[in-house]
Amino acid sequence: MKAAIALAVVFVAYPLVFPNAFYLDIGVALLLAAISACAWNIVGGYAGQVSVGHCMFFGVGAYLPLLVYHHWQLPPIVGVPVGIAVSLLLAIVVGMPTFRLQGHYFSMATIAVAELIRLVVGTWDFVGAAIGLQGPAVGRGWYDLTFRSEVPYYYIFLVTLAVLLLITWAIERTRFGYYLRAIKAGERAARSLGVPVRRTKLYALMLSAAFTSIAGSLYAIKTGFIDPESGFGILVSVQMVIIAALGGAGSLYGPLVGAIILIPLQTATNTWFGGGGTGLTYILYGGIIVLIARFEPGGLHDMWERIAPKFRRRDAA
Amino acid sequence: MMLLLQVIVGGLLLGAIYALFSSGLTLIWGMMNFINFAHGEFVMLGMYVALLVVVWLGGGPAVFGFAAAFALFVLGVLVYVSLIRHVTRGPMLAQILSTFGLALLLRYTAFWIFSANVVSLPQTSLGGTLNIAGILVPTAQLVAGITAAVLTIAMHLFLTHTTMGSKLLAVAEDRNAAMLMGIRPDRMQALAWGLAAAGAGIAGALMAISYPWSPSVGETFGLTAFVVVTLGGFGSVPGAMYAGLIIGLIQALSAFYLGPIYKDIVVYALFAALLWFRPQGLLGKA
Repeated sequence: MKAAIALAVVFVAYPLVFPNAFYLDIGVALLLAAISACAWNIVGGYAGQVSVGHCMFFGVGAYLPLLVYHHWQLPPIVGVPVGIAVSLLLAIVVGMPTFRLQGHYFSMATIAVAELIRLVVGTWDFVGAAIGLQGPAVGRGWYDLTFRSEVPYYYIFLVTLAVLLLITWAIERTRFGYYLRAIKAGERAARSLGVPVRRTKLYALMLSAAFTSIAGSLYAIKTGFIDPESGFGILVSVQMVIIAALGGAGSLYGPLVGAIILIPLQTATNTWFGGGGTGLTYILYGGIIVLIARFEPGGLHDMWERIAPKFRRRDAA
Repeated sequence: MMLLLQVIVGGLLLGAIYALFSSGLTLIWGMMNFINFAHGEFVMLGMYVALLVVVWLGGGPAVFGFAAAFALFVLGVLVYVSLIRHVTRGPMLAQILSTFGLALLLRYTAFWIFSANVVSLPQTSLGGTLNIAGILVPTAQLVAGITAAVLTIAMHLFLTHTTMGSKLLAVAEDRNAAMLMGIRPDRMQALAWGLAAAGAGIAGALMAISYPWSPSVGETFGLTAFVVVTLGGFGSVPGAMYAGLIIGLIQALSAFYLGPIYKDIVVYALFAALLWFRPQGLLGKA
C-alpha cells in the first residue's frame, strides 16, 4: 500500500519536477505504454491467453475518433465509445471460435486477424487507406482535446491508468479473478471444478479489448494522426507483449514496471543511434522476449518474488 | 481462357512451395503441440542464404538450394537445443513468446544487415519460358514447383516408410512410450526442427529464383503457413500438401480477379472463416 501511494505521488509530481518538453514526452509515452500493457495483461497475463495481435483493438480505438472527425467533423472524443463497441465486437469474433480450441489457436488467430485488418485498412479509402487520417489541427473548443502543452494529456493518461489498475486490483479479489488464474493454471482442472472456462476467457478478452481501444483513442487524440502502421502494425502488439512480460505477466504492477524500464530505454537507444536505432531497438526487443521466455517467463515480478525473501532472511539474521 | 489456365498453373506451382514450407510447421505442431511463429523467418533466411551463395560463390539452383537447406537445418537444430527444448514444458506464455521473440530477432536482424530494400537473385540458368500446349510457364517456376512437390512427398514418405521417420512419429504419438522403446525424444525433436527449418530454407531458395523479396516477407509466409496448416489439419503432411495447393490457387485467382493487393486479404479472411467453421481442417477429425 505504501509503495502504491509513493508511486502515485511520484507520477502526480513528475510534470511539476520535469516541466521540460522532452521529459514530459517520455512521461506521456510511458503512461500510454503502461495503459496498453495493463490492458493486454488482463487476457495475456491473468488468463494466460497470449494475444500477439492486440494492435487490432489499439488500431480500432485510434482510428474511430479521427474517423468521426474526418467524415462528420464531430469532436474526436465521440469516436471513443464507438471504438470500444467495435473492439468488443472484434473480441467476440476472435474469441468465440478460438476459445473452444487450445491456446495456440487464439494466438495464431490474433496475429492473423490483426494483419488482415491492417491490410484492409491500408487499401480502404473510407479510412484513409495507406495515408491515414488526421485530427483537428487547431482545437475548435475544449471538447476537441487538442492542447498545446503535454501536461493535460499527461494527467488524462494518468487517470486512465489509475482507473485500469484499480479495476485490475479489484478483479484480483473477485471470483472472476480466481477463475482467470484457475484457467491459466490448468484449463481442464478449472473446467472440472465448474469454472465456465470459455465465457470467462471471452469476458477477459472483451475487458482487455475495451481498454486497449481506449489506449488507442488516447494515442490518436493526442497525436492527431493515425496510419495503418502506427495503428495496426505488429510492433504495436510487440510493445504491449514485451512490456507486460518484462515486468511480469499476470501481476498487477508488472506492466507498469515494464513500461518504466523499457520506454526510457527505447528513447535512449533512439537518441543514441539516431534514425538507424529503431531497427536495433526491435532486435533488442526480440532478444529480450526470447530471454524472458527461456529463463524467466514470470518476468521481473517472479524474479523479485524469488530473490526478495533471501534478502529478508539475511536482514533477520 | 489461356490466361486463366496460366494463372491456375502459376498458383499451383507456388502452392507446391507453400506446401513444402508448411509441412515443416505441421510436423512440429503434430509432434510437440508447438507453434513456431518464426517459421516464415526461416523461409526468409533461406532466400538470403541463396542470395549470399550466388553472390559469393556462384553456382546454380542446386548449389544454393542445398546450401539453404543445410544452413537452415543447422539453425533449426540450434534453435531447438538452445531454446525450444527448455520452454516446451513451461507455461503457454513462454512457448508462444519464445518463437515470437525469435521471429522479431531474425526479422529485424535481417533488416539491419540487408536493409529493407527489395532484392532478387541475378538471372540463373533457369531463365526463359516454356510453352506447354499454349500455356506459358516460366521455366524457373516450373522447376521450383515440381522440386517442392517432390520434396514434400519425400518428406511424407520419409515419415511413413523409414525407421527414422517411424521413430519421429512414435515420439509424436506418445513421448513416454517412445522413450520406453529406446527412442530418444530429444534427438527426434531436434531432427524434426532441423527438417522443418531445412524445408523452409529450400522453399525460400526456390522462391528466390523467381520472386523478389525483402526481410518483411517472413511475416507473410509465416501467416500463409498458419492458414495452410489449419486448412490441412494440424500434424498432417498430406493435408499440408493439398492445402498448400489450394491456398496457392486461391491466391492466384484472387490476385487475377480482384487485384494483387487482395491476395493476402482473401487468404487471411479464409483463415478467420476456417477457425469459425472448421478449425480441424480438411482432413482433420473433429
